[in-house]
Amino acid sequence: MADVALRKVVKRYDDVEAVRGIDLDIADHEFIVLVGPSGCGKSTTLRMIAGLEDISDGDIMIGGDVVNDVPPKDRDIAMVFQNYALYPHMTVAENMSFGLRLKHYPKAEIKARVTEAARLLDITDLIDRKPKQLSGGQRQRVAMGRAIVRNPKVFLFDEPLSNLDAKLRVQMRIEIKKVHQKVRTTTVYVTHDQVEAMTLADRVVVMNKGRIEQIGTPNELYHKPATRFVAGFIGSPAMNFIPCRLEDVGGTVQIRLTDRIAFPLPPARAARYNALPRSEKLLLGIRPEHLTESHAHLEPGVETFDTVLDVTEPMGMETLVYFGLEGTPICGRVDPNAGAKDGAPMRLAMDLNNMHLLNDETGVVL
Amino acid sequence: MSTLAIDKAGPSRKVKLRSMSRDRTWALRWSYFFLILFAIFFLTPPVYMLITSLKSSAEISAATNPWWVFHPTLSNYVELLTSNQFLRFFWNSSMISIIVVIVTMLISIPAAFALARMKFWGSATLATGVFLTYLIPDSLLFIPLFKMLAVIQDFTGITLLNRWYVLVFIYPTLTVPFCTWIMIGYFASIPKELDEAALIDGASWLQTLTRIFIPVALPGLIAATIFAFTVSWAQFLYPLVFTTSIDQLVLPVGITTTLIKGDVFNWGQIMTGALLGAAPPLVIYAFLMDYYIAGLTAGATKG
Repeated sequence: MADVALRKVVKRYDDVEAVRGIDLDIADHEFIVLVGPSGCGKSTTLRMIAGLEDISDGDIMIGGDVVNDVPPKDRDIAMVFQNYALYPHMTVAENMSFGLRLKHYPKAEIKARVTEAARLLDITDLIDRKPKQLSGGQRQRVAMGRAIVRNPKVFLFDEPLSNLDAKLRVQMRIEIKKVHQKVRTTTVYVTHDQVEAMTLADRVVVMNKGRIEQIGTPNELYHKPATRFVAGFIGSPAMNFIPCRLEDVGGTVQIRLTDRIAFPLPPARAARYNALPRSEKLLLGIRPEHLTESHAHLEPGVETFDTVLDVTEPMGMETLVYFGLEGTPICGRVDPNAGAKDGAPMRLAMDLNNMHLLNDETGVVL
Repeated sequence: MSTLAIDKAGPSRKVKLRSMSRDRTWALRWSYFFLILFAIFFLTPPVYMLITSLKSSAEISAATNPWWVFHPTLSNYVELLTSNQFLRFFWNSSMISIIVVIVTMLISIPAAFALARMKFWGSATLATGVFLTYLIPDSLLFIPLFKMLAVIQDFTGITLLNRWYVLVFIYPTLTVPFCTWIMIGYFASIPKELDEAALIDGASWLQTLTRIFIPVALPGLIAATIFAFTVSWAQFLYPLVFTTSIDQLVLPVGITTTLIKGDVFNWGQIMTGALLGAAPPLVIYAFLMDYYIAGLTAGATKG
């Protein structure tokens, strides 16, 4: 096991920069998830750590050693691919032991390791089957088994759950977490699914356009996003962004959303935003769960407004409501018994204690 | 209202189904018609050969129904199979074909693997180039090849012309390009992650080829093998040009040169020889047909 460090790593394909100088420190035993939309450079970064892609600039270190020019087989890493990449002509046991056999491990040790990994992944019964006789979930377990038996310094996962159906994905997510809790190998995991990122990671690295937008624990990213991209990417349904500006009214600072709707800033936030220039174009960032039905007793900082709902989506434990504020589509989450109906008027409450203010031009969270 | 709508939809759907099945019936009828036509067209010569091979020379030249054997005899078969000359042709053909298949595979597989997988500068152009060489007909190549071999023979003193083994060097010019092309297609259809997984597992390129690619691409490999064998076995022009002594001849050339003397055609033995000569490829095809088809259609669809 080992730590992994990336120093100003760049990947260029001809004139295109896929990865633009990223720095990242991954501690020993840590589970790091690289997340971002397609083309953000997350898979390229993983493949550079694996040694499957050359790096154009910078350094990659595994266990303190620079591995820029070390071939994949000598990096002591194991990788799990999206399409499993099992050897179709080998049995499960042969697939799992392939790496060990190439390294001429003693037969007894190979058998012991395969048996142990199979037990850990609950695939002992499948050990003599060929990949085509397995379901998607089973194949993914075998792929993980192949990684585990090698007992590598680092596990690399490249969107391993993308080919599975929704239910199996949730199940395998838990399996992966359990396996990591047992083996504690440093793990770098790539996904475009922010739920996977949030649920699995010790720390999440949000990437966009070849750069790291923010690194943090799932909670940090959710509650303290650094940029509009992170704020919008993490959380489902996504955070609402409403154009707004600050104004001074009778000694208090107000946040004006529309001609009709303006709220005083909650005391907790007023100090933080007071110094902002009043002319600046801003965005109010508010998550759907902070836009709920109105109650008789509202806490300080929770403001109400009336609107007409466009669409409602009953989800069972909650109902998502969609409406517009001067052309900006907004999503809220209300109690299923709050009486939200398509096209009906409704009084909603906005919890400004959990608001974010963003610079509309730079996208930075203020 | 809704009942009415269902009633309306009912019959039209039936009509559609019926017309679909009628279409299918007609399609099948036409298919059978043309398949039978083709089968008759292509099977007539071998059937005629078989009939003729079972006749004596006297019966062949007699003005009887050529499509019927009145006095069947195996004398043609016995004569050929006990003739040292014919067995020599058979031996030469077998040796050449087997060696050519081995040589072809030894060149084509690594070449295809390199061109399909080890992305290097110019690999795509080279792959196209390989295929283009296949398009040059042997009738264009045999004179320069003859000249080349003559020069080499003069220069080194090693006898190359009029030796059966020279064909082992020449046939690959026909087999290697096509087999490499088939294998490139087949290797290209193997997911990239498979060699990456092998690479991470610690396999060298050679191990990836021998332990992953060759077993996975076995159907394609067999297709290429059959192709190489058939081409070598049936080749006529090169052995005709490069070998002249009776003991150096291969089957197709041997049959035509020894069984046709001047204007005397020994039809019975010619037909028997041709049939016996067609047997090995036929047997190979019969056993490996499934692999052959799987190999040729691979890459068309993934999975």
